[in-house]
Amino acid sequence: MPELAMIIAAIIVLALIVYLLTGGADFGGGIWYLFATGERKEAQRRALTQAIAPIWEANHVWLILVIVLLFVCFPSVFAAMMTALHIPLVIMLVGIVLRGSAFAFQSYSAGAQGLERSSARVFAIASVSSPLLLGVCVGAIATGEIRVLENGVVDTNFVSEWLSPFPFAIGALTLVLCAFLAAVYMTVEAPGEALKEDFRRRALWSALATGVCAFVAGLLAIRDAPLIWEGLTGAGWSLLFQLITGLAALLAIGALWTRRYRLARVAAGAQVALIMMGWALAQFPYLIYPDFRILESAAEPAVLRPVLIALAAGSVLLVPSFLYLYAIFKPREAPELAGDEERVNEP
Amino acid sequence: MEDLLAARSQMAMSLAFHIVFAVVGMAMPLLMVIAEARWLRSGDPIYRELARRWARGTAIIFAVGAVSGTVLSFELGLLWPTFMEHAGPLVGMPFSLEGFAFFLEAIFLGIYLYGWDRVGRRAHLLAGVMVLISGTASGVFVVTANAWMNAPAGFDLVDGAFVNVRPWEAMFNPMWATQCGHMVIAAFQSVAFAVAGIHAAMLLREGGNAFHKRAIAIALPIAAIAALAQPLMGDLLAKATAKNQPVKLAAMEGQFETEQGAPLRIFGLPDEEREQTPWAIEIPGALSFLAYGDFDAEVRGLKAFPRDEWPPVAIVHIAFQIMVALGLWMMAVGVFGVGMSWRGRRLYTARWYLWVLVLTAPMGMLAVEAGWVVTEVGRQPWVIQGYLRTADAVTPMPHLVVPFLVFTLLYLVLSVIVVYLLWRHVFQSPTSRELEALQAPESAADDLSESTD
Repeated sequence: MPELAMIIAAIIVLALIVYLLTGGADFGGGIWYLFATGERKEAQRRALTQAIAPIWEANHVWLILVIVLLFVCFPSVFAAMMTALHIPLVIMLVGIVLRGSAFAFQSYSAGAQGLERSSARVFAIASVSSPLLLGVCVGAIATGEIRVLENGVVDTNFVSEWLSPFPFAIGALTLVLCAFLAAVYMTVEAPGEALKEDFRRRALWSALATGVCAFVAGLLAIRDAPLIWEGLTGAGWSLLFQLITGLAALLAIGALWTRRYRLARVAAGAQVALIMMGWALAQFPYLIYPDFRILESAAEPAVLRPVLIALAAGSVLLVPSFLYLYAIFKPREAPELAGDEERVNEP
Repeated sequence: MEDLLAARSQMAMSLAFHIVFAVVGMAMPLLMVIAEARWLRSGDPIYRELARRWARGTAIIFAVGAVSGTVLSFELGLLWPTFMEHAGPLVGMPFSLEGFAFFLEAIFLGIYLYGWDRVGRRAHLLAGVMVLISGTASGVFVVTANAWMNAPAGFDLVDGAFVNVRPWEAMFNPMWATQCGHMVIAAFQSVAFAVAGIHAAMLLREGGNAFHKRAIAIALPIAAIAALAQPLMGDLLAKATAKNQPVKLAAMEGQFETEQGAPLRIFGLPDEEREQTPWAIEIPGALSFLAYGDFDAEVRGLKAFPRDEWPPVAIVHIAFQIMVALGLWMMAVGVFGVGMSWRGRRLYTARWYLWVLVLTAPMGMLAVEAGWVVTEVGRQPWVIQGYLRTADAVTPMPHLVVPFLVFTLLYLVLSVIVVYLLWRHVFQSPTSRELEALQAPESAADDLSESTD
C-alpha cells in the first residue's frame, strides 16, 4: 500500500508547519528578547517571557515528533541526513540545549541575579543560532548535494553539503520568519498600546526582511537548488500557489498597517504555512533530492500502518490537550477586550 | 581518541546525564500530586506550599531533561546511523508512543506550573495527575525500546536486512516488562530517597519544621515501598536476563565456568586474562537458584561464548555489585523508617536517622547509574544483541572527539548550575515562623481564592 508512505510524509510536513508556527514563534520570541530596544526594553522582555513560558516545552515536542516519524518510517533518509549534516545539527542541538536550560534558569533563578541575567542572554543568543541552523539543514537537503553511493553509503565530506550560500539563505529566511511570527503574535498578546506598537513596527520590518530573504534565496536557488526553483516556478500549480502566498503576505502587512492585529495573526500564520507547503510541494516526491524518494525509502507497510494507528489514537488525546493548553494561556477574551479599547480610542 | 570510543563515550555521557533528569521528571509529579491532594483535603496551606516549591525544582529539571532528551533522539542518528537504519522501524512503535506521552507531559506540566491561578483546583490537580501518568508512560516506552536492543524480536534477518517487521512483537519483546518494571521502581525509589534526604538535612538545621516533616512524610513511604519492591523486580529481571542475555548475566556475576550449582559472588574482581574472579565471597548454589529457581541448575559461564562476544567483565560485575549493595542499604533504611514511624513520631527527632537519610539521598541516583552501566556495557560488543555490533553501527564522521568534548563541557556546566539553583531553592524553604504566618491568615486567604475559582 504505497499511499501510507505519502500520508506519513504529509503528516511530517504538517508537523513541521505546526512546529514553525508554534516553536518557531518561540524562537522568534528569543530573537526579539535579544533585540529589545528603546525605553520599553524591559517591558518588551517581560511580555515575551510571559508569552513563551507556559507553552514552549509543548511546542518544542513537534520537532521530536518529526524526528521520530522520520527515523521510524524513513530510516535510510534519517541516517543519511544525520550523517551528512552532522556538524550543523550538533551546533543546532547545542543551541537547543542552551536555550531551553537557560530559559528555565532565568525563570527559576531563586534570586540569583547574575545567573538570571547571563541565562537570559544565553537564551536569546541560542534563539538565533538554532532556527538559523535548522534552516541551513533544510536548505542543504534541497540542493541535491547529499548523495548515496551504490552500496548505500552516504557520499559526504561533512562540510560542502551545507556550507554554501543557498542553505544559509534558507537559514536566514527561517530566522526572519520566526521573528516575523513572534512579532505579529505579540501585537495581539502584549499588554498595552505602547508595547503593541513596538511589536507592530518589528512585525512590519521583519515582513520586509522576509521578502528580501525569500528573493535572495530564490535567486540562489536557480543555481544551487534547481529542483526547488523549478518546483516553485515551473509546475502548473505553482503560479496559483505563489499568488495565494503573496496575497496572504499582503493581507498580513495590510492588517498590521491598519492595526487589525488578530487578522494579521491569522494572515501571517497562513503565509508561513503556505511557504512551507510550497517548499514541500516543490521538493515532492523527494525527501532528499535526488536519491531518496518518499515511496522508495519508506519502511515496510507493516511498520507504517501501526504508526498511523498510533498517530490517530495519540491525536485523540493530543489535539484536545494542546488546544486546552492554548485556551488557558492564550485566552480569546483578553485580547478582544484590548481590541475594543483600541477602537474606542481611535478618533 | 578513537572515533568509536568517542561516539560511545558521548552516548554514555548523554544518557548518564539525561537519566537523572528523566527519573526526576517521572517521580516528582507523584510527590507534588500527593502534597496537593492533601492540601485540597485538609486545607493546610503548608501542603500547598510544598507542592508549589517542589514544582519549581521540577520545572528546572524537566526543562533540562526535555532538551537533553531531544539531543538523544538526534544522537541516535548522529552517532549510530547504521543502527537507526536497521532499528528505526523496529523501535518505532515505542518511540512513536513515547512522542505522544512526552507531548502530553509537556502540555500538562505547562498547565501545572503556570496554571495555579488560571484553572480550578480540581483541574490543576488533574493536570498534575496527567503529568504523572504521561511521564511514567514516556519512561516505559523509552525503556521498551532499550529492551528491544537487549532482546531483539519481531523481524526476520534476510541477507543482512531486518525484514518482515512485526512492530507489536518487537515492542512486547521478552525483556520489556521486567526492564520497565525495574526502571519505574528505580525512578520513584531514587527520587523519593533524594527528596527525603534533602528535607532531612533541613530538619537537622531547624528541628520541628512542619514543612520538612510533611515532605518526609510523603517521600519516605514511597521510598520504602519502592526499596522493598525493587529486589523482587530485580530478581525477575535477572531471570529474564539469564534467559535472553546469558553472557550479560555471566559478566554480572563474574561467572567464567559453566557449572551446576553456580555460586553467588559478593565482591570479587573478575580477571579476564586468567578467566577467574578472585577476592569473592561465594554462596554455593545461590546463583543457580536466583537465575533458574533451582540450586543445581546449570549456569553458562563466559567461557561458553566466543571471546569476542564478552562484555568488559570487570566493569559489568562491579557496577552490578554497587547497584545491589546500594539497593540493600536503601531497603534497610526503608524498613527502619517504617518501623520508627510505627512507634510514635520518633522519626523526626531521631537525629541519627535523619543523618542516615541525608547519607542515603544520592544512593538511589547512583544505583540508577550503576544499573544503566550494567544494562549498556553488559550488552557490548553488541548494539543489537546478537545482530549488530556497536563498531559496525557508528557514523563515518571523523573527529568525533570534538562533539564528545563539547557536550561533556556543556553538560558539566549545566549540572553545576542545576545543583546550585536547587541548593538555593532548598535553602529558601520556609522557616517555622514563616509557616505560622502562612497558616494564620489561611481562612481569609482561602475564602478569597475560593471565590475567584
